[in-house]
Parts: sequence; structure tokens; C-alpha cells
Amino acid sequence: MSNNAAGATNAQKTATAEPLPETHVEAKGFSVYYRSNQAVKEVSLRIPAGCVTAIIGPSGCGKSTLLRAINRMNDLVPGCRTEGELLFSGQHLYQPDVDVVTLRRQIGMVFQKPNPFPKSVFDNVAYGPRLHQRLGQSELAQVVERSLVDAALWDEVKDRLESNAIGLSGGQQQRLCIARALAVDPQILLMDEPTSALDPRATLRIEDLIDELRGKYTIIIVTHNMQQAARVSEFTAFMYEGVLIEFGATKTMFTTPREKQTEDYITGRFG
Amino acid sequence: MRVHFQRDVEKLKRAILALSAEVENDVRTAVRAIEDRDEDLARKVIDREAGTNSMEVDVEDECLKILALHQPVAGDLRYIIAVLKINKDLERIGDLAVHVAERALFLCGQPALDIPFRLGEMAEKAQAMLKAVLDAFVNLNADAARQVCTADSEIDAINRYVFLQVKKAVAETPANFEPLIQVLHIARHLERIADHATNIAEDLIYMVEGRIVRHTAEVSDKRVGKPQSA
Repeated sequence: MSNNAAGATNAQKTATAEPLPETHVEAKGFSVYYRSNQAVKEVSLRIPAGCVTAIIGPSGCGKSTLLRAINRMNDLVPGCRTEGELLFSGQHLYQPDVDVVTLRRQIGMVFQKPNPFPKSVFDNVAYGPRLHQRLGQSELAQVVERSLVDAALWDEVKDRLESNAIGLSGGQQQRLCIARALAVDPQILLMDEPTSALDPRATLRIEDLIDELRGKYTIIIVTHNMQQAARVSEFTAFMYEGVLIEFGATKTMFTTPREKQTEDYITGRFG
Repeated sequence: MRVHFQRDVEKLKRAILALSAEVENDVRTAVRAIEDRDEDLARKVIDREAGTNSMEVDVEDECLKILALHQPVAGDLRYIIAVLKINKDLERIGDLAVHVAERALFLCGQPALDIPFRLGEMAEKAQAMLKAVLDAFVNLNADAARQVCTADSEIDAINRYVFLQVKKAVAETPANFEPLIQVLHIARHLERIADHATNIAEDLIYMVEGRIVRHTAEVSDKRVGKPQSA
């Protein structure tokens, strides 16, 4: 976590008078192309460490592409290439010597639909640690318990750790996926519309969980639900047609946005 | 969602503008009741109070409904919040108009006082401020609102002048104590009306520009001290 954000971008300076936390992820003129289509257009922003940052914008604005670029999920998409710089703790993410497996351990991801493995609850959470670390059975059990506690799921599953995870409810499955991501001790958690497949009650549990994880992890969440962005995040980035229109403190964005396009989008006048 | 929201906001706009017009009319009528020593006019203002109060409740109800159902943000949020606050100031101005009318009713039954109190000038300025701020509200004009804040100091100065005149008159003619105190109250009510107009101006600046200017040098250095009599 280098790059103290003292020299924050103008957008950030305007948005918040208080000094920003350290920068964890920084984009500098960063673009993502799907063949000839430029999905993310020269985005520059600094994501503060230990905070929750929301990325909002209408469908197709490039927000998920930007999120997925942060742990190089787009590498798997044929014809996808990047330009500019994307830095994680000052390290260039797209240099050839970056070990993508290690990177994805440090930057975990939670997807729109819960995607537990068809294995036991325990094995789901233990999957990452077994892959990355050599732990004894009791250490592994400790990691699984800590991750499930951190994901606010432990009390609900502690008596059925050997049951198949597919039998959990949607909300529980999503928290299991979060526990699975936490088990490898990441620094950053990327969330791509993590509650869009959940009912309001399960959504609330996830939002509460995000609040509990705040400070321990840097969380970047893509959401279509603007009230959710307003509720859970400290910083918000608004993207439109691949361009970062505005980035700033969530409180400012939702009371006095600087850009008319932001105002029009968050007040539902377009998008 | 947008269509419902816009329909509700239009309804709210109509309600707050109707209340503005009502309150402006109440102040005008109450002032005329003093000038013309007209008991009927004074009673009209007093009789209208219940209607004004009910309009204020309706506006608040509509604001709460919009906040709960639409969860507005940005400019929309600032509009609803500002209307909620302006509504309260309008209701208070309505109350003050009633207080002025009650004093007018009392003074109608007394011999006219022949002292230059500048009450007419004060009433004119307070009404002008109220009119200007309500026009600024209709046109969402923050610059016009800033001018209203500036005008408040003139009213405060006249209020201090009235206080000194009444003090002198009571010393000279103690028998006139009661009507003179009523005059002092009227000046105080007019000064408060101007204060509420200033509050509305400040809320309007927030609504348009998103900045809270209350207690800042931008407006407060133009709102000089209040009279000792207050």
C-alpha cells in the first residue's frame, strides 16, 4: 500500500476536503478493449485503502469491466487487452511478471450469483487455503471458522459444516462465497452486484457484512442499486459509456454532485 | 418511478406556492389593518390562521411521503429538504401576521399615536423582502436570495430605532404605555418576519447551490446585531 494519496486527482480534491486514506488501487489513463470496442476509456482514479468504494453507472458503462480488470479476470476473455496503467499497492498489474494466481489470492472476487462449489460448506471455504497454503487440519479448521465468522455465517452453519453448500439459501450461499474469498486472507474484495440475486432480507445481511468488513479490507462494489451504493460506500465512482465522469465522497456525490451527468443519472433522469 | 416522482413534486410545488401566496397576503392584510385602522381586515387575518396551519401540515406530509417513497438524492433531495424548512418559516410568518393583526385590533380601539415610528417603512421593507424571496424561490434564483439576506440589516436598524422612540415616548407619556408596547411588539413581529424571509433565502441558496451559508460570513456580516429590546 504505497502511493500516499497526497497528490490526489482534482476530482478527489474537490469532492472531499479531508485527507484521503492511502491509495490501494490506482488507474492512470487505463483503458480496456474487447477487440476494437473500448469498454473502459482512459480512466484515472485512486481507490482508497480500507474503504468501500462503489462503482455505479448504467448497463454497458464499463463498471464491471473495470472491476474485473483489477484481478485480471478479463484475461480470460478472448480479444481483451488493456492500455495505460493499473497499479495495486504501486505494483503494475499488467506487467508480464505478475503471478495472476497470487494476485487473485490478494484480490478476491464475489460475483452476482452465488457460485458455491458442489462440496461441503467446510470444503468450500477450505478450498483456497488448501491451494495456497500448507496447513494442518486444526489450522485449516481455524481458518474456516474465522472466515465464516467474518462472513457472518458461522452461527448458521457451524452445526452443518459437512453438509453440501448447495443446500444453503441464496443469501447464505453468497456469504459462503464471501467467506471463501476471505479464507485466503485477501487485501481487496471485489464485489460485482453481490446482492442483485438476493431478496431484501438477504441483501441487508450482505450490506451489514460489508459494513463489518470495512477497514479490514478494501472493498470495491459494482452495483445497479444506487441506494445501496449510498448506504454502503464511502466513495463513489460514476461511469458512463466507458468514461469515469465523477469520483468522490459518496456523501458529496449524493447531495451535491459536481457533474450534471452524475446528477441526471442518480436522480433517474437517464440511464 | 420518475413519472410518479415528478407528479408528486409538482403537487408539492403547487402546495408550497399556495402557502407562500397565502402567507404573503396575510402579512399584507395585517399591515393594512394597522395603517387603515381597519378591524375587519385584522379579523380576516386572524380567521385565516387555521387554514394556513392546515396547508403547512399538508406540505410537510407531502415532503415526508416523497422522502419515504422515492428516496430522492442530489438536487431532488435538496429541493425536498429546503421545502420542508421553508414550509416551517412560512408557517411562522403566518403566525406573526396573525400577531400583527391582533395588535392592530387592539390599536384600532385606542386613540391614534402621533409619533414617527417608521412602522410603515419597516412594514414595506419586510413585505418587499418576503415578496423578493418568494419570487426568488419560484425562479430558483440564488443571487436574488443573497440580496434578501443583505436587506435584513435595514429592518434590524429600524427595529432599534422603534425601540428608542417607544422608550422615549413611554418616559414622556406613561399613560400611553400599553399602546406603545403594542407598537414595540409590531416592530418586533415585522423584524421576525424579515428574519424568516432571510432563513428562506438561505435555504434557497442551499437548494440551488448545495452550500449551507447559514452562520457564514457570506450572509451573517450583513445581518447585524439584534436590538437590545428583543
